[in-house]
Amino acid sequence: MTTRDTEVAQPEARTSLINDPQARAIFFQVLLVAVLVFAGYVIVTNTVANLQRQNIASGYGFLENIAGFGISLTLIDYSETSSYGRAILVGLLNTVLVAVVGVVLASTLGFIIGVARLSKNWVISKLAYCYVEAIRNVPLLLQIVFWYFLLLNAVPSARNSMEAFGSVFLNNRGLFMPKPVFGPEAVLALGALIVAVVASIVIKIWASRRQMATGQQFPSGLTALGLIVLLPLAGLVVTGFPVTFDYPVLKGFNFVGGQRLIPEMIALITALSIYTSSFIAEIVRAGIQAVSHGQTEAAHALGLRHGPTLRLVIIPQAMRVIIPPLTSQYLNLTKNSSLAVAIAFPDLVSLGGTVLNQTGQAIEVISIWMLVYLSLSLITSAFMNWYNQKMALVER
Amino acid sequence: MSQTSTFQIRTEEAPRLPAPVSTTGLIGWMRQNLFSSAGNTILTIFGILLAYSIFAPLIQFALIDAVWSGDNRDACVVPDGSTETVGACWAFVKAYFPQFIYGRYPTEEIYRVNIVYAMFAGLLIPMAIPSVPFKKLNAVLLLIVFPIIAYYLLTGLVIGSDVILPIVETPFWGGLLVTLVIAVTGITASLPLGILFALGRRSDMPIVKLVSVIFIEFWRGVPLITVLFMSSVMLPLFLPEGVTFDRLLRVLIGVTLFSAAYMAEVVRGGLQAIPKGQYEGAMALGLRFWPMMGLIILPQALKLVIPGIVNTFIGLFKDTTLVMIVGMFDLLGQIQTSTSDPNWASPTTGVTGYLFAAMIFFCFCFGMSRYSIFIEKKLHTGHKR
Repeated sequence: MTTRDTEVAQPEARTSLINDPQARAIFFQVLLVAVLVFAGYVIVTNTVANLQRQNIASGYGFLENIAGFGISLTLIDYSETSSYGRAILVGLLNTVLVAVVGVVLASTLGFIIGVARLSKNWVISKLAYCYVEAIRNVPLLLQIVFWYFLLLNAVPSARNSMEAFGSVFLNNRGLFMPKPVFGPEAVLALGALIVAVVASIVIKIWASRRQMATGQQFPSGLTALGLIVLLPLAGLVVTGFPVTFDYPVLKGFNFVGGQRLIPEMIALITALSIYTSSFIAEIVRAGIQAVSHGQTEAAHALGLRHGPTLRLVIIPQAMRVIIPPLTSQYLNLTKNSSLAVAIAFPDLVSLGGTVLNQTGQAIEVISIWMLVYLSLSLITSAFMNWYNQKMALVER
Repeated sequence: MSQTSTFQIRTEEAPRLPAPVSTTGLIGWMRQNLFSSAGNTILTIFGILLAYSIFAPLIQFALIDAVWSGDNRDACVVPDGSTETVGACWAFVKAYFPQFIYGRYPTEEIYRVNIVYAMFAGLLIPMAIPSVPFKKLNAVLLLIVFPIIAYYLLTGLVIGSDVILPIVETPFWGGLLVTLVIAVTGITASLPLGILFALGRRSDMPIVKLVSVIFIEFWRGVPLITVLFMSSVMLPLFLPEGVTFDRLLRVLIGVTLFSAAYMAEVVRGGLQAIPKGQYEGAMALGLRFWPMMGLIILPQALKLVIPGIVNTFIGLFKDTTLVMIVGMFDLLGQIQTSTSDPNWASPTTGVTGYLFAAMIFFCFCFGMSRYSIFIEKKLHTGHKR
């Protein structure tokens, strides 16, 4: 035993520095840092020299200057005399708008197609298969320019608009629909809506606690739906319907009044949600197939009907498989919304590009883009990670 | 034994009857899959109506009403007073076909592009068929010899003052040529780079790991279009005065780094799925880091993530269309510019062009995904039951 101990203590003497893993690790890392620092130094000195030669002042001071260009879609107050910073903020809000609407539409469509793909009905499942394969094998940019082209060329002019319900019009100037205008008394209805939402959440918590304690179920979903629909409605009735609709009216060559959706926005959202929905459909299909058939059989054996089996057994387990890839699809959709620049929809990249062309502040504008998209990505993935943890399998 | 039998035992089987007609063959299949219940029947009818309303106009437009030949827009425009409808204007695609495939490459030099296409197909097809021998030689030719020859064939070769192949500047390249150059270069360069960053992300060395994580998360967090803007606007600022990069090369760098980050995450998934015993076994055999990775870990890890790798390739192929936005003429860019040619201006020209582009992209992407399924099945050497 003693001889073995001394042998174990010895081997360090035999390892030269070249073969020592730790020494090698330190050497490689020092080398890496040195290379990175040198590259950074070269880039910075070159950039400074280039900027000086081109007489471009660095820094974010230009954001205060007057932009001088108009924007076709603004969610906040903006005019040509607003600053560049304001213009970029408008673009950011438009990006968020497209991303949110796109996510909702793509999820709805994707879940429907994904379930249709698993249908026992041959026609339906083959149709869903064709949809998925045709859409996801064609580049998104092609789809965006295609829809935009159709909206500008194949859709009739304002005088011959396509019409639905006598008040919704589609023409090559965009989609026009009635805009609700709320009177001051509508505050009561809004308050009722907030009360209803809060009450629904409280009832949901109470119902799940009671179910855990006693096993008795309470139809919290139906109650919430009833509350959210009926309370604001009651608020409106009490105040005597303070809502009027601003209808779009054809005047000359275009419609005035109402809510207008510009063609760029319709094309972008259509293409984005159709494209992403084909990926979501595949995710949903894979997720549902990942739940073993034994789960369905066990649920049936327990006496659950088809609906509750799906709702209580299959879907919660499928969601665990679905959520992580779904998150990355949502992120992809957000990043893909930057393709708006191809059809001049005023999103962050498109407006940033205009600012870049006017001011020449390439580094600053690109750094704003990168910062915004990186933080959007990080926020989304943080939220989805939290949700994923909540849904994840709780093991002993 | 057998004197009197009060009961009879049948010793022969009764003839087997065929299954009822309603459960076999086409009728049975239809009953089971299409009309099993009232709801299912409604779904079937709805589905057939939907399919008819999609495919009938499409076929009408693309085949029946289509114009197949003509020299200019007159062929594709409905004459005044006529009530006939005109569908896809394939004559336009026919007239512009060389541009869609070669861009503005000089006509007398187009044979060089054709040689490159032929070489690529001639090397890729035997590479892709598993039973063809000489895979190693093939790989060396495809990955080392072919790129060098293709580079000189496409750009030109001048030794001293002798012009062996006239120089063709990259702004003259276009159409499918640019799409394929970007996609193939991006694919071949991003895989090794991605493996490197995946290994870096799983490294024990803290600084290597940190650098890899920052690299991967940065590129994955930003849209490709900002990367392309960066490579076309910002990269020139980073270079010393007088040094300029070709625009195609700048785009290639951006696309490669971008897809390398995605590739790294795919490969990392595969590395994580390899049990620790494999690493320990390799180390017990006395293998060092690179032999361990090259001989034991990566072959298993890459095999696991083939679908992910091919998906990244497909994504990259589709993303090549984005170079259109930074002013390069890839297939989509070329088609979009040619649709505005007044010689061919007609109501259906644009849609025809987009339909053609969609068909080409679909063939490439769908082909890649089918091939990945085929390889996945072939490499499935029996870990799963």
